[in-house]
Amino acid sequence: MEPTSQRVDSSTQAETRLMKGNEALAEAAIRSGMQAYFGYPITPQSEILEYFTAEAPKHNFVVLQAESELAAINMVYGAGGAGARVMTSSSSPGISLMQEGISYMASAEIPCLVVNVQRGGPGLGTIQPAQGDYFQATKGGGHGDYRLLVLAPASVQEMADFVFDGFRLADKYRTPVLILADGALGQMMEKVVLPPSGSLPFIDKPWATTGKPASRERNILTSLHMEPEKMEEINVKLQDKYRKMQQEVRYEVIGAENPEMVIVAFGLTARICLKAIELAKERGIKVALLRPITLYPFPYDAIARLTSTAYAFLTVEMNAGQMVEDVRLAVNGKRPVYFKGRMGGMIPSPEDVLLEIETIAEKQQTTTV
Amino acid sequence: MESAATTNHMEIVYERPVTLTDTPMHYCPGCGHGVVHRVLMEVINEMGIQDRTVGVAPVGCSVFAYNYMNVDMQEAAHGRASAVATGIKRVLPEKYVYSYQGDGDLAAIGTGETIHTVNRGENILMIFINNAIYGMTGGQMAPTSILGQVTSTTPYGRKSDLNGFPLKITDLVTQLPGAYYVTRQSVHTAAAVRKLKKAIEASFKYQPLKKGTCFIEVVSNCPSGWKMTPIEANAWMEKNMFPLYPIGDLKVPKQN
Amino acid sequence: MIRGTVLINRDICKGCELCIAACPQDSLGLSDQINRHGYRYVQLVQDNCTGCINCALVCPDCAITVYQEPRAKAKSSAQRVPAL
Repeated sequence: MEPTSQRVDSSTQAETRLMKGNEALAEAAIRSGMQAYFGYPITPQSEILEYFTAEAPKHNFVVLQAESELAAINMVYGAGGAGARVMTSSSSPGISLMQEGISYMASAEIPCLVVNVQRGGPGLGTIQPAQGDYFQATKGGGHGDYRLLVLAPASVQEMADFVFDGFRLADKYRTPVLILADGALGQMMEKVVLPPSGSLPFIDKPWATTGKPASRERNILTSLHMEPEKMEEINVKLQDKYRKMQQEVRYEVIGAENPEMVIVAFGLTARICLKAIELAKERGIKVALLRPITLYPFPYDAIARLTSTAYAFLTVEMNAGQMVEDVRLAVNGKRPVYFKGRMGGMIPSPEDVLLEIETIAEKQQTTTV
Repeated sequence: MESAATTNHMEIVYERPVTLTDTPMHYCPGCGHGVVHRVLMEVINEMGIQDRTVGVAPVGCSVFAYNYMNVDMQEAAHGRASAVATGIKRVLPEKYVYSYQGDGDLAAIGTGETIHTVNRGENILMIFINNAIYGMTGGQMAPTSILGQVTSTTPYGRKSDLNGFPLKITDLVTQLPGAYYVTRQSVHTAAAVRKLKKAIEASFKYQPLKKGTCFIEVVSNCPSGWKMTPIEANAWMEKNMFPLYPIGDLKVPKQN
Repeated sequence: MIRGTVLINRDICKGCELCIAACPQDSLGLSDQINRHGYRYVQLVQDNCTGCINCALVCPDCAITVYQEPRAKAKSSAQRVPAL
């Protein structure tokens, strides 16, 4: 007989691998103790579902290919409501289909993780990477007053790390959490250090519908409250929660100290901007990057503070200008805010961004001379 | 409480099950929902599975089913009850899971979920109340409304060329290999209620076998939506709905 | 004849009359009074109830509790059908 005890489960320790973003995210989910995944194939994120279906026999989690994104998100509702650590993933058009279920989960306070590996839109759009779902992700997305906690990875490493953060925050706030990635991050391969299994603790969920013992009242998960007084009460409670969630704001500032110009960019675009900042430095322009890591909550205060040194802000996005509205709110008219965007699956190049930086710098010189 | 005769020396032979809450039901007088709710809760009580049962409520008149059913429950979005039940059952495979839906919910907006849930053979009980109308929104045409039926959106009667044909979704799901037990029952007489109770009991007994979906259609009434008294409504149902939706088993488990 | 009776929760009865139609003894009828929801509620109108439970089975509001005299000792309790 072959010795079976020789095999060591590598997932019990941190491990370095070269992986696609989608696969790193899926592997991290397994290591996070994910108990169920419901999804529907859509490019450019189908590797997530494929990875789970391949790995499922080795682990103890549920994976199910649903008949639609609608069904998938409602299976997430059911499983999350039953207390499971549950997630789904999709790409832009599929995430639009899921908005109904996400709104219901926000209201019924069912924790879950939703991953949007964005592609170009509107409509069926393209399968190329985009950031056109910023508004949808950060302003609610579905009907009614609610917000999701939104994490924006910029590397394969963060694709993995944010799964742990996402599940932790979902449980902490009893809310759906969204990872807003894009097709490039999902498809690119990078070195990733995978966290060890079992490192994310489970918390008690006394509200879950697991069968009513005689010792407690029945648990009901609903988003329906016919009396407006009660529905307002639910809304007030949700808004209180969103205020508390502001403490989770995360961002990083990279580049020149006391910058004369600040670029605000998230996800893939932030990486492109770092190269542009290097090029600008060679030309004597001191630029820093502020990268929001959480898109909701948004780092308004951090951006506002930079208005003391920077004479201008430039927001770079793979859309027609969505996050730039939040940057303008943060800057609050104190400095000009410029925007550079590409749409429909096009990715701005560092040279495109450099050109914007130089144009803004020239404008500044002519106005100060 | 009203008592016309003394109950001295008598014993209770029928009473409200403890699995039904004390909340008075909001349904219109004579509505079949209340009977189905009660029978379902009776079975759960008598089988002693209250602590292992999770229900899913729909959108429609029975949207507040969780106010009356004293078990853990989730309220699903319109049409998605069987998807929600799937999610629950997949992570709690040893629990008893049921969905409770009306015709608009199960056979119109939720048709996709219904077909695929049964086709996967999810080990749940799906209860389907067919009263051929949208009750909650005010009496509009349902997928199961019969030809010629006057509703608030078919004021001249349902016409097949304009509105399509009544959808016999129970016949449809019967064809699916994932369906284990499919039956069509009603609640308009005491005998019918007894048969429904047997069907629900059988479904919960089948559930731990993990052989597939149990699907019970209850042909029911809507006195308010049909603009009839409850007695008239039941007579109309027998005359007009039973020929199209005949009562009886459509698929029974093969004897081992 | 086995004797029985019913206890009707008049507060939740909606006067749908389905129990009246289901009663083989014609024991039930609508009251002239209305309850606090404005419904004429059902009451016993003849003292000839047998406790057959048909009324309770078809009652959509679970408003009826049914009582019955204990049957002759010859019948063991195992043969008795408690609810249905």
